[in-house]
Amino acid sequence: MSSELRYTANTQLEHLHARYTGTGHADTNIYEWATHQHRDMCASIVGHPPLTSYLAIADGESIGRIKFEMTERMLQPCGPPPAKDDD
Amino acid sequence: MSAPNSPRLVDSFTAPKDVLKEFEDLAEEEDFDPFADNAKHQIAARQSDYHNRRFNRQANESADVFKAAEEGADVEGGYKDAMRLQMLEKEEERVRRAIAEKEKKEKEEGIDKAMLDKTPPAAEFEAAEKLLQEMAGSKRKRRWDVSESSDDKENQDISAKPDSGEWSKEALDQAAPKKRRSRWDATPAEANGAAAIAETPKRSRWDQAPAPEAPQPMAQIIMNAPGFMVEDKHNRYMTDEELNVLLPSEGYAIVPPPPGYTPLRAPLQPFHTPAPESSGFHIQEGSDAAAIAAAQGLAPELPTEIPGVGSLAFFKAEDAAYFAKILKEEDETQLTVDEMKERKIMRLLLKIKNGTPPVRKTALRQITDKAREFGAGPLFDKILPLLMERTLEDQERHLLVKVIDRVLYKLDDLVRPYVHKILVVIEPLLIDEDYYARVEGREIISNLSKAAGLAHMISTMRPDIDHADEYVRNTTARAFSVVASALGIPALLPFLKAVCRSKKSWQARHTGIRIIQQIAIMMGCAVLPHLRNLVDAIAHGLQDDQQKVRTMTALGIAALAEAAAPYGIESFDNVLKPLYAGIRKHRGKGLAAFLKAIGFIIPLMDPEYASYYTKEVTVILIREFQTSDEEMKKIVLKVINQCAATDGVTPQYIKQDILPEFFKAFWVRRMANERRNYKQVVETTVELAQKAGVAEIVGRIVNDLKDDAETYRKMVMETITKVIASLGASDIDDRLQYQLLDGAIFAFQSQTSEDQVMLDGFGTIVNALGLRVKDNLPQIVTVVLYRLGHKSAKVRQQAADLTTRLAVVIKQCEEDVLLSKLGLVLFEQLGEEYPDTLGSIIAAEGAIANVVGMTQMNPPVKDLLPRLTPILRNRHEKVQEASINLIGRIADRGAEFVPAREWMRICFELLDLLKAHKKAIRRAAVNSFGYIAKSLGPQDVLSVLLTNLRVQERQSRVCSTVAIAIVAETCGPFTCIPAILSEYRTAELNVRTGCLKALSFVFEYVGPQSAYYCDSVVTMLEDALTDRDLVHRQTASTIVKHLALGVAGLGCEDSMLHLMNLVWPNCFETSPHVIGAVMDAIEAMRVTLGPGVLMSYTLQGLFHPARKVREVYWRVYNALYLGAADALVPFYPDLSDLSEGQNVYDRSALQMFI
Repeated sequence: MSSELRYTANTQLEHLHARYTGTGHADTNIYEWATHQHRDMCASIVGHPPLTSYLAIADGESIGRIKFEMTERMLQPCGPPPAKDDD
Repeated sequence: MSAPNSPRLVDSFTAPKDVLKEFEDLAEEEDFDPFADNAKHQIAARQSDYHNRRFNRQANESADVFKAAEEGADVEGGYKDAMRLQMLEKEEERVRRAIAEKEKKEKEEGIDKAMLDKTPPAAEFEAAEKLLQEMAGSKRKRRWDVSESSDDKENQDISAKPDSGEWSKEALDQAAPKKRRSRWDATPAEANGAAAIAETPKRSRWDQAPAPEAPQPMAQIIMNAPGFMVEDKHNRYMTDEELNVLLPSEGYAIVPPPPGYTPLRAPLQPFHTPAPESSGFHIQEGSDAAAIAAAQGLAPELPTEIPGVGSLAFFKAEDAAYFAKILKEEDETQLTVDEMKERKIMRLLLKIKNGTPPVRKTALRQITDKAREFGAGPLFDKILPLLMERTLEDQERHLLVKVIDRVLYKLDDLVRPYVHKILVVIEPLLIDEDYYARVEGREIISNLSKAAGLAHMISTMRPDIDHADEYVRNTTARAFSVVASALGIPALLPFLKAVCRSKKSWQARHTGIRIIQQIAIMMGCAVLPHLRNLVDAIAHGLQDDQQKVRTMTALGIAALAEAAAPYGIESFDNVLKPLYAGIRKHRGKGLAAFLKAIGFIIPLMDPEYASYYTKEVTVILIREFQTSDEEMKKIVLKVINQCAATDGVTPQYIKQDILPEFFKAFWVRRMANERRNYKQVVETTVELAQKAGVAEIVGRIVNDLKDDAETYRKMVMETITKVIASLGASDIDDRLQYQLLDGAIFAFQSQTSEDQVMLDGFGTIVNALGLRVKDNLPQIVTVVLYRLGHKSAKVRQQAADLTTRLAVVIKQCEEDVLLSKLGLVLFEQLGEEYPDTLGSIIAAEGAIANVVGMTQMNPPVKDLLPRLTPILRNRHEKVQEASINLIGRIADRGAEFVPAREWMRICFELLDLLKAHKKAIRRAAVNSFGYIAKSLGPQDVLSVLLTNLRVQERQSRVCSTVAIAIVAETCGPFTCIPAILSEYRTAELNVRTGCLKALSFVFEYVGPQSAYYCDSVVTMLEDALTDRDLVHRQTASTIVKHLALGVAGLGCEDSMLHLMNLVWPNCFETSPHVIGAVMDAIEAMRVTLGPGVLMSYTLQGLFHPARKVREVYWRVYNALYLGAADALVPFYPDLSDLSEGQNVYDRSALQMFI
């Protein structure tokens, strides 16, 4: 890729990340990626009522509880971020 | 011989008189340059005196007080100094003006004296007589001009050569040259300063033998270019000896110059280039050719190769002065670090300013990257003087401004000391006539204010607010408005309020108000949140003592109201009363400004208020209808326009109170003469018609359609056209209709100029009247027919254009006979030789064919089409477009009337049209292929098109592929795809690419139908996707994209997956078009195969050790994620094995079963 293009591609990428959470880049690590996956999963469960009721039945909880739990889990679904290596 | 009383034939031919006259005129103006108009690249040469006042400005350093204060240092050149300097400047200006006045006064007195001197006073006669007598008495002539105390040495000098006369050298120096100076003497020698002459009195380029000397800096060669010549021996002053020889030595006295005589001085020419130390001509190398060229006064050889810079696109004489330091080779080891830095900057700047685009680009990047390293000082010290150069050209200025812009970003608050200097250079851009220059200027000032901060900007620009020069105040006001838009109005508001109330000088108030005006103009509706504050800040200016301040306030309010429209009337409450009081008190310019303000406020008001205020202001407006001031006229018209547009003004009021006076004042021939008035009157009248109705307005002016003056007729016609076009003709009664048509026909027939107004007008009127013109049609058609046979091509063209517009109405009125008569006449005219006219005639024929239909068309289509075939070869765009449209229409509607052989002939002609520049022509031609293929069957057309894929020209091939796709669309893909596939086996690259392209268009056009064909093209796509040629793979990817999107959900997943496997390896391509096509294909696969499949492809490389791989895979993943984030949830891989410590990646919720 010519230097010019690389430049514009990068700016586009920044733009993309700014606008859409969940998109990744070459330096995304497992934690970030998995966190996004989990959030997507939670959102998907809350957003599809049949899926919510399926989970509710499986868990023996009310639908409201499942919704609540899923929503709560979106905050740090995979635990706190791992400590950064200094290298 | 002719009969004796027949007029004598002219026996010789000569050029027309006007041509001869032109050359005579040219000869008179000696140095006439026919290209002068084209060569106005120099900004200073193009701009007005007002713009060029920027060269008078003083830039001073503004120290970074804030930083210094932080460090606790005492600063010089801060705000205090700036103010002091400005005071000094003002004082200087005042003194200078006083001196000028005094001189002027004295001069006037002097002139009076000189007038009296025309006959010398008696005293002088006597003196001269006495002198003569003395001379007669003494044997030896007396020196005329030596004062009595003059030294004897001088006399001895003369006695040594007895008859040498009294023209001493000294005397000449003192008096003669000045007296003798005529305009011949005003050679550049004068301009270049007397010093050079004095030093080398007789030296000219001619006198010196070319001496091979040590290489000199370039500057000297340039200085010696013909334009810089120091002295010309033909124009130099005569010496004493020569004069002695020429004039008799006895009986003459030299009369002393009258008192009060001051010799004319040639104005000093603005050369900034320093005079060379040693004059005379040097030759750089021993090249004879260069010497001869230079000696003959040809352009001096300017360097395009500079050491350390490389080759440049151009190099100007002025550049040599700026870049002198880098023009010669130097020993770099001798230089200090600063000097090295300076030279580095100069080289980069020279590259940017004069280099070729690639050179410029790298240099620009370097200077940006190293900006902080170079530092603000050295950078701006080099850039700013270049920008003030008088011979600067647009392109150079643009580039330098760009440099400043880039550098500003990097330097940030380091620029503070240079803010004023930068402003002095950049502010003039804000009033440049070039829009892009203004935008550039705004951009820079906005960045500058962000970098330097509000407080620093204010303290820097504050002294200029009440500068003595209006130019400075004007540009400063504009700069301030840019600062306001960059940093927000609220930040600047307290300062503005203070400035607008300044007690010290009216100039400050004036500038403050102008800043607010400029803010309104620049920011538009963004002023709304601060409207009340802004209005209140300037409101008091309406009652200011200074007329100029009052005017500017009114203009500011007008600008604010215009920006706020249609909101914000409540903010203007405070100013309404003074404005209304003002229009009664003021006259002239002030009144115009006040009226303008009211004109912009009235549209914001509620209907009832608007009506009240309109009535108030109308009285004044009607009074001002009579004004002779053009500016006032314009404003009055504009205000009437605005008032008429508001709801509150009733039609009744307009009809009774405004219209009579309005028509009396403005509907006169005189108004049509000037373009701006003309437009304004038409616009206002149309606006009035919206309220007053069509009949009222048209009835008043319809008789003027028969006026003597053509421009006036045009004005009338334009108004009627606009009124009828917007309001229709239902309001027009029979009598008015008769007058209108009568007038329109008269105006149309008697027009001499060639514009659209009459044509449009006639067309609009007839179309608006519709069926009602049935009775007049025969008359109109007679006019058209007559004019179709006119000897002027333009008249014929207009008649044909009118036919185009009338065709629909004639058909509505069921006058088919007239139509067929017109059709026949037009058909006979197809031999027309003027292409514009021919185009119109064909278009008219097409319009008739459209309304009549192919079956009833007269002349019959089978005669018409063969006539058009040869015309297709015409190269004129208008003809091509008109004929291709008509042919396409015939092919669409009446192809069966024409034999197949004729259509094939047309097919071949159409291929040529694919080369046309105009897209409309190419599109029409491509569509025609579709129509023809539909009626003839695709085989023949297709073979023509496939053969055309072999031609050299790209555009023609591309259009053929589009045409093939259209044929496939109209006749079914099964007719074309086999032919394309077999053609793909041709060994020629162009043909293969063409086939791929055609297939890509085919699948794009046929959409879901592709499901039937996807298996049959798979093998070909396999071949194309594995080809070595990039373009092949690119085009094949495009085909895959269209195919995949077409067959989504239609059960072709197996073949699509196969294609996916072939496309996927291409994802590492780097060429932008290829990678674009491949990514599109992959994206399309997401739709067909589902995101899960694609996900499994991307998982291979998201965490690949190689960054290049990761980058590409993440790009695909991101596209996938954006397209189908929710659908991806079930497909995410199970990461539970990777859990460690607190981070659990288990997605237990998805693993539940009931």
